Amino acid sequence: MIYLDHAATTPLRPEARAVLAEFAAADGPFANPASQHAAGRAMARRIEEARERLAALLGAEPADILWTSGATEANNLAILGRARFAASLGRGLVVPRTEHKAVIDPVRHLAGQGRQVQWLDPAHGAYGICTADDFAARLTGETILACAMAVNNETGQCQDVAAIAGVCAEHGVPLHVDAAQALGKVPLTVDPGVGSMSLSAHKLGGPTGIGALYLRSRPRVGVEPLQFGGGQERGLRSGTLASMNILAFVAAAEAACAERETAMARLASLREATWQRLTGGIAGLIRNGTATHSSPHILNISVPGVHGDALRALLGEVCLSSGSACSSAQAESSYVLRALGHSDDLANASLRLSFGHSTDDAEVTRAVDIIIEAVRVLRERAVP
Amino acid sequence: MIYLDHNASSPLRPEAFLAMQPWMTAQHGNAQSVHRAGRLARHAVDEARAQIAALAGCRPDEVIFTSGATEADNWALRGLRSGAPRYVGAAEHDAVLQAVPGLRLIRPDANGVISPAALAQQLEDQPPGLVSLMWANNETGVCNDITALAAVVSEHGSVLHSDAAQALGRVPLDFAGSGCVALSLSAHKLGGPLGVGALILREGTAIEPLLRGGQHEGRRHAGTLNVPGIVGFGAACAQLAATGAAEARRLGQMRDQFERALLAQCPGAQVFGQQALRLPNTSFFAVPGWHSEALLMALDRDGLALASGSACHSGSDVPSHVLRAMEVPMQTALGAVRLSLGHTTQEGDVAALLAALLSITGGGGAGRFAGVMGG
Repeated sequence: MIYLDHAATTPLRPEARAVLAEFAAADGPFANPASQHAAGRAMARRIEEARERLAALLGAEPADILWTSGATEANNLAILGRARFAASLGRGLVVPRTEHKAVIDPVRHLAGQGRQVQWLDPAHGAYGICTADDFAARLTGETILACAMAVNNETGQCQDVAAIAGVCAEHGVPLHVDAAQALGKVPLTVDPGVGSMSLSAHKLGGPTGIGALYLRSRPRVGVEPLQFGGGQERGLRSGTLASMNILAFVAAAEAACAERETAMARLASLREATWQRLTGGIAGLIRNGTATHSSPHILNISVPGVHGDALRALLGEVCLSSGSACSSAQAESSYVLRALGHSDDLANASLRLSFGHSTDDAEVTRAVDIIIEAVRVLRERAVP
Repeated sequence: MIYLDHNASSPLRPEAFLAMQPWMTAQHGNAQSVHRAGRLARHAVDEARAQIAALAGCRPDEVIFTSGATEADNWALRGLRSGAPRYVGAAEHDAVLQAVPGLRLIRPDANGVISPAALAQQLEDQPPGLVSLMWANNETGVCNDITALAAVVSEHGSVLHSDAAQALGRVPLDFAGSGCVALSLSAHKLGGPLGVGALILREGTAIEPLLRGGQHEGRRHAGTLNVPGIVGFGAACAQLAATGAAEARRLGQMRDQFERALLAQCPGAQVFGQQALRLPNTSFFAVPGWHSEALLMALDRDGLALASGSACHSGSDVPSHVLRAMEVPMQTALGAVRLSLGHTTQEGDVAALLAALLSITGGGGAGRFAGVMGG
């Protein structure tokens, strides 16, 4: 099995595995960090230290980091929680159509409840990203939130978050950044103007079931909690903290950020070599994304003249995706690719290869051979 | 340290970690992906779903994974029978009590129990809606007769949700026969991993999503499935299905010995809810003249980890809302300490607690406690 679907989920990094093993050992630490006994206090200290370490990676205040069950919850809290909190401040949201489903679906829900959603269409050929000018044209005094993902999960194209945040700051609108695909891949800090940012552990070699929301407290971005109860996380996110997952998340995030420049340089050259070999072996191959201005871990291609499902069926041992894993269970071609002017058939005949810390060059070479051969077989069959 | 706070969080069972390990090393894959790695992950998730269903007495396709019981409770309270009135027990966990505004409270009796007759009386002439009553209380361990209560709820034209976070694996659960439409579960209370739980939702029950985005869990819940967490939850449930009854007997005997010794040796000591059917691992007690914070600090110094009630509320100088709902006098309630046993508890742990309690409160001699334990 060749795993080229790191944008869907990644294997655990050794640093994260070591934390999980420490916690699972017979004499390992445990306790509810909300408990007052010595074991609980010790756990609470480790959680706070982890909060400081994650904040340091983002240039954020530790108090502005909230632990969540993942980026989906973080996105929901930033969007639904913001809309509920700011109901009296305004009704407007500005959101590109090419955001991840965990942003699109809560925003659609708000639109259904009568909020004014300004959907942004990326320019033709922009590979799913919008510009600061696109945002500037739609922000008004009624806008309570704008959203911009840092790295598109299908094409890998980077949105200029710093510039968009600048425009939002001028209008006094908090920008929510979905950075699930970005941390450890591209430079990432909480720029002025960023009101909230969601992060995911399992996209960078941490465990599933844990993520975080950066939520700015000064100036404060008000949100209403999605879940209430024990009052953890400053009352904004109740629920027992998953201590071992939090510590494994931070260990993985630190490792990913520490090696980011060298690791991404390696993946960038691996990706370009992969593209060269694929385009050399498949006539008419289309690349959905640019070599610059994209995260090096994603290569998205469209293969004219073959049926997407038939192609994927021939790839057997190669695990890759047609787009986002979150929408791959439904037979609906990618909005991001259709917005590029691709037909439904061409969009469906697209492959997302995504690399990560465990990817080695030899397995990518084997995968490329398998893809080229599969396309050759399908195209031959199509010839009458 | 002697850890006697399993109702706050129980350490991960070795069997659960063993099952999780492959999913932390060689195996990975997004259970939503269509490729082979994804299919393997999905298969593992479905196996865990069946293991959890077997322990909860429900069908596997009625299990919807969440990040824990807090999310499951909030989802149920917000999403079931939207717009209709909500009736909840006054001694519920805060994940229910704080979930939505405007709840109408159902009062328990002095033992913390809500009887079918009391429920019927308190629902009388009220418009139908959603009722939420916990299977077992997290502080006292007191259990409600959910099946009998569900019949009353149904008669009233309402539907019943039950928070079973503390009950799963400790007392038999039969969701299918219970008559409730939804059940909240937590993995880490029974020795499964943190950060995973489930909402059991009866087939055909409509619910508004709490989280949106992606088409996971039959379009009912959003977010990448926590495969190792779910696998660990399933393994812990499978182990409890096999050994839970024996574990419950073992812990129940230790708990009962503790209470007999406490009441015999500490004049005026009380155990809350002792007359009711309770979880076998839980004892909520008070020693006269002792504020819970002072007693817990002294026990902590002796290396004993207990709680004053819900971990979520510990440290506050407010008496337990559970005891207030049972109309325990304020002074007594402020002294309440919770003992909760679990799979790592040894015979000697409870003896050590008794000795420490006795030496701290000056209620007698350690030898006398040990003698009672031996008997």
